[in-house]
Amino acid sequence: MTDVLLPDATGHFGPFGGRFIPEALVAALDELDAAYRSAKADPVFVAEFEAMLRDYAGAPSSLYEARRLSAQAGARILLKREDLLHTGAHKVRNVLGQALLTKRMGKRRVIAETGAGQHGVAAATAAAYMDLECVVYMGELDTERQALNVARMRMLGATVIPVTNGSRTLKDALNEALRDWVASVDETHYLLGTAAGPHPFPELVRDFVGGIGREARAQSLERLGGLPDAVAACVGGGSNAIGIFHAFVPDEGVRLYGFEAGGDGVKTGRTAASITAGSKGVLHGARTYVLQDADGQTLESHSISAGLDYPAVGPEHAWLHDTGRAIYEPVDDSEAMAAFQVLCRTEGIIPAIESAHALAGALRIIPKLREELGREPVVVVNLSGRGDKDAHTAGQYFGIL
Amino acid sequence: MSIAVAFEKARAEGRAVLVGCMPAGFPTVDGSIAAMKAMVESGVDVIELEIPYSDPVMDGPVIQKASDIALANGVRVADTMKIVEAVAATGAPVVTMTYWNPIEQYGVDRFARDYAAAGGTGLITPDLIPDEAHDWLAASDAHGLDRTFLVSPSSTDARLAMTLAHCRGFVYATALMGVTGAREQTSTAAPTLVARIRAVNPDLPVGVGLGVRDGAQAAEVGSFADGVIVGSALIRCVLEAPDEASGLAALRSLSAELAAGVRAVKR
Repeated sequence: MTDVLLPDATGHFGPFGGRFIPEALVAALDELDAAYRSAKADPVFVAEFEAMLRDYAGAPSSLYEARRLSAQAGARILLKREDLLHTGAHKVRNVLGQALLTKRMGKRRVIAETGAGQHGVAAATAAAYMDLECVVYMGELDTERQALNVARMRMLGATVIPVTNGSRTLKDALNEALRDWVASVDETHYLLGTAAGPHPFPELVRDFVGGIGREARAQSLERLGGLPDAVAACVGGGSNAIGIFHAFVPDEGVRLYGFEAGGDGVKTGRTAASITAGSKGVLHGARTYVLQDADGQTLESHSISAGLDYPAVGPEHAWLHDTGRAIYEPVDDSEAMAAFQVLCRTEGIIPAIESAHALAGALRIIPKLREELGREPVVVVNLSGRGDKDAHTAGQYFGIL
Repeated sequence: MSIAVAFEKARAEGRAVLVGCMPAGFPTVDGSIAAMKAMVESGVDVIELEIPYSDPVMDGPVIQKASDIALANGVRVADTMKIVEAVAATGAPVVTMTYWNPIEQYGVDRFARDYAAAGGTGLITPDLIPDEAHDWLAASDAHGLDRTFLVSPSSTDARLAMTLAHCRGFVYATALMGVTGAREQTSTAAPTLVARIRAVNPDLPVGVGLGVRDGAQAAEVGSFADGVIVGSALIRCVLEAPDEASGLAALRSLSAELAAGVRAVKR
């Protein structure tokens, strides 16, 4: 049985998580941990966060019954519409929570890493809203591929620093943000973008985005009079997935499915499926599943979805995988893009390519679930983000652009 | 020679130990051995061999670039053993700095066994704090290896005491709040941190790293620390040289300047 009270006091989910970081960061992480624990117990902080989510971000997001899609799939499919939140993804929940915590700690500056720029834009948004200085580290290659997001961050008043080290992508941006933090920790909060990294980040980010699952669970009970048969989400670092899973973990009858980015296919090596294709190791502050070679050198990940293109995964997912509480499967680029098109055409919703992985995985498991249950299964899919940002990639993929 | 003997010898001479850093396999396995031998011949007392890692978050651009070159040229963790053997044969103690994942993948106990057999003295672990070091504490005890953990100006008194209790050989004081790389000025926080360490454990030698780039700075740090650790400035000699011979010449010249620096002040 999975213990829902994890992590333990030192940030471990079984053998995963913990803190693999320079001693110079321990004091800052301890400060963050203490501030978070006191904030969580403070009704004023909790009320302020809830008001921001409601009035500024647009939460709770609706649980939308996708009727045409359901008819086509032979299931009852409910979409958790995180794509309708401000900034167009679940990530706004995390950045608002951390920005509020930054204020509480008396810090004036936030730094963030970003891959395609979604977390960077979200961080810049929260920083503008909360009057904080914001510096975003972004791989140089990504700044070229995602020039529009660079412009959005700068419009919002953030400083974008292109990172020229290593592979010039997300993991290098993360390394650079950590370096900044080691040197600036007194006045700076590191606004980490996913439920990964050293303790307390995996727990803190999970809790800030945990409203996704709490809302979805309450909405399911209200609409269905019961819980769904399965909950599906895409997994890169894993924040939207842990956000929707967490409230359902004690409900043993609810199957939890995490769909990793298979890229060209896990057998090709051009993949971002850390749990399926990786092994246990240490990266970016935590023990988890990592795409690595025999020497423990990190391998480059590949996915059509920039938001899932990361060579590791949050430690709680590693734990949910090892305990068997959640099932993780890869979804290749082509399968995700097929589901992307299906949702566009059946429901008039252009999903983020990340979220299309969740949808594709759900469509794949529905026939098996139907057979197992002897009826149409009820499946909640986390539609974690909208696809406007992916218009260029998808347009090229389908030969429209 | 053990690290303890190197510190005792320098202490008897009234000076600090000079520790020089070089990534394993940079630019090639043989090239890195030649570089480290040149450093020892020019007055570096202890070699800090860094195992190249794809994501070195505690290091600045110079060490990252050198590590990337070494990895691109195919260096493996197993090559560390060959390099340690060759450098230890010069008589200078070799201590190895490594991020934790390569050791975990090699196998903690297996690494400790092979490394001790090759003549290595201990590990400096920049992203492994004692709180997570259970396997390494056991393996280092089993194979008689030293353990150098890092302490920082931001470490609380309680963490400082806990960390020092787990160190053996020497402790690494990070002088600046920041990553490695030569700087114009060394930190004023360093003497304060060294004094805090001595108040807890007066016998454990203290190495100070991050920022030293010339003889004058080596003298300054050597006036209050037991070990002066120089990394980026030495590596830059090789990184920026047009060919191997001029790289080795620059390395010899800077090593000699640093060695004179640690001898310029009496302790």
